[in-house]
Amino acid sequence: MFFQTFLQNLLNALQWGSFYALIALGYTMVYGVLLLINFAHGDIFMMGAYIGFFIATFLLAHYTMALPFALPPAVIFLLTLLFSMVFTAMLGVAIERVAYRPLRRKGASRLYVVITALMCGLLLENGNLFFLGANRRNFPELLEKTIYTIGGVTFSNIKVMVIIVTVMVFVLLETIVRKTKLGMAMRAISYDRMAVPLMGIPIDTVIAFTFVLGSSMAAVAGVLYATAYPVLEPYMGALVGWKAFIAAVLGGIGEIRGAFVGGFILGFVEIFVAAFFPSTLRDLLAFSILLIFLCIKPTGLFGVARATKI
Amino acid sequence: MRRMIPFLLYLLVCIATVAGAQAGVFNAYVQLIIMYVGINIILSTSLNLINGYMGEFSVGHAGFMAVGAYITSILNVWLFTDSSVFGPSLLDPSSALYLFPVTLLAGGFGAALVGLLVAIPSFRTRGDYLAIITLAVNYIVKSSIENIQVIGGARGFMGMRNVVNSMKEVVDVPWVLIWILVFTGFTVWVLQRLVTSTYGKGIVAIRDDEIASEIMSVDTRHMKVVAFMLSSGLAGVAGGLFAHVLGYINPGTFTIMKSTEILVMVYLGGMGSLSGSVLSAIGFTVILELFRPLQMAKWVVIPLLLILLMPFRPEGIMGHRELTDVFPWLRRFLAPQERRS
Repeated sequence: MFFQTFLQNLLNALQWGSFYALIALGYTMVYGVLLLINFAHGDIFMMGAYIGFFIATFLLAHYTMALPFALPPAVIFLLTLLFSMVFTAMLGVAIERVAYRPLRRKGASRLYVVITALMCGLLLENGNLFFLGANRRNFPELLEKTIYTIGGVTFSNIKVMVIIVTVMVFVLLETIVRKTKLGMAMRAISYDRMAVPLMGIPIDTVIAFTFVLGSSMAAVAGVLYATAYPVLEPYMGALVGWKAFIAAVLGGIGEIRGAFVGGFILGFVEIFVAAFFPSTLRDLLAFSILLIFLCIKPTGLFGVARATKI
Repeated sequence: MRRMIPFLLYLLVCIATVAGAQAGVFNAYVQLIIMYVGINIILSTSLNLINGYMGEFSVGHAGFMAVGAYITSILNVWLFTDSSVFGPSLLDPSSALYLFPVTLLAGGFGAALVGLLVAIPSFRTRGDYLAIITLAVNYIVKSSIENIQVIGGARGFMGMRNVVNSMKEVVDVPWVLIWILVFTGFTVWVLQRLVTSTYGKGIVAIRDDEIASEIMSVDTRHMKVVAFMLSSGLAGVAGGLFAHVLGYINPGTFTIMKSTEILVMVYLGGMGSLSGSVLSAIGFTVILELFRPLQMAKWVVIPLLLILLMPFRPEGIMGHRELTDVFPWLRRFLAPQERRS
């Protein structure tokens, strides 16, 4: 019986951690290249979910303007995911272009860029609230939810899909960063920002590509999140975003492996605290554990303390 | 004598403000804005000590504010009023008159102790990892308060209005306004004295180069503890005052949103500039009030303005300079200051 509860919670934690991992990947990619904490990322996740919502309802012909033919729900889901990724990536690049690039060109201290990022997040949240209203929206059910029970452990196909997609995304990103030329350029920028332009690497293109990757991962997280928990509201990205940032730091910010593992660790801690203690203590205990962990290992799980030259 | 002029000037402004409030020149709304300005000045200057002068990145200032707010409020309600939570008052309600600053400082002291939670990890971590520790402390404080049912939990805590009223019964002047003005002046004075003293320059040295400053015999650990405790303690005092302005507090007030607001004020004014922080606290609070007719659009317009204005002046209003650097003749009235090139 105990083992069953454990397995059940493990599965829940894997799903919950997947969302954190997907968002944390976006944080960590941008940080790895720009050394910028992109605090707007949680809200880009929210925008991803909203964009997904509008695409899905459009494809399901909820509006007057509709496609002339009906599509099967699974295709709609894939199209939603794809278009949401495209549009959210465009949003991410637009934010980079309008808000961050001018500051970078001016050589502003990076903490000012962080403030701009916070403002972008606020703008997205409140702009959404202002233009779309405060009422919550229900994400349409695109995938038939089937519930399996194996040995007393119940899980749905959506849960399994979320976990698999996260792992796939992680492998994809890891390959891009480790194996491709663009990935090499990204690593080079984080290694030495001054030398990279001298080597003929277009620094702005690489940075824009980083934002494309990070934002589309946030869109994936947004659509999956909306599929699993089909209620959308403008502030849904705020808390999840902050927590994903914590997950990214926990794993060692700037490291893709770190964000992946950190997201799952945070998911595990939260789910297991909620499972064995009163759920109001969830945040308290989860953050206390993180505090203690960071005191013991200040650079996170995979982070390497950079040697300081004197 | 000349050094006394800023002090006397501030005293004059305070007396004028209180007299104006008493005579009814300022209505309750204007008074409220003045009080918010004062509280925001305390918050932004104290955060500037950490983010601007010490060069760390603290994003959880509202957590310390919450600790101060709760300790002060609980002490006051417990000691001076008959409440359903703590029973009859322990002391004579009129004694609130002279014990109010004591409870405020007690709140500040409690917040300073919580500040140790950040100060001790800061020995080993810097930058973004420390940012996350401050973030975690903010969440821990908020979440702990939510879980203590005796003081209302997530429902919040009230009864501070009675304390203010019992002070007003003895002498009918706007007490909260007076204490806010006193502590605002006190905060700016303490911080100004600290960062211009030889002792306090250790804090600036940590920002510029931690290793070099350690070699130059700055006790970095000691300085970090001092800076964090002072900053969080002052935030606690601000929290205590804030609780008595509103008369009601709940943990939801002291979230990361509040911390962000304080951060914006610090960066708007310019890092490492006390006068900048004061100016931006005044400006930001007043602008927020001016935009009130926009209602919901307020929080769309303000971030948009900030984003668009940021590239034109990325270093904030003052940007590492003090008013004395912009207007050198002011220097005659103040203690000699650090010159920055």
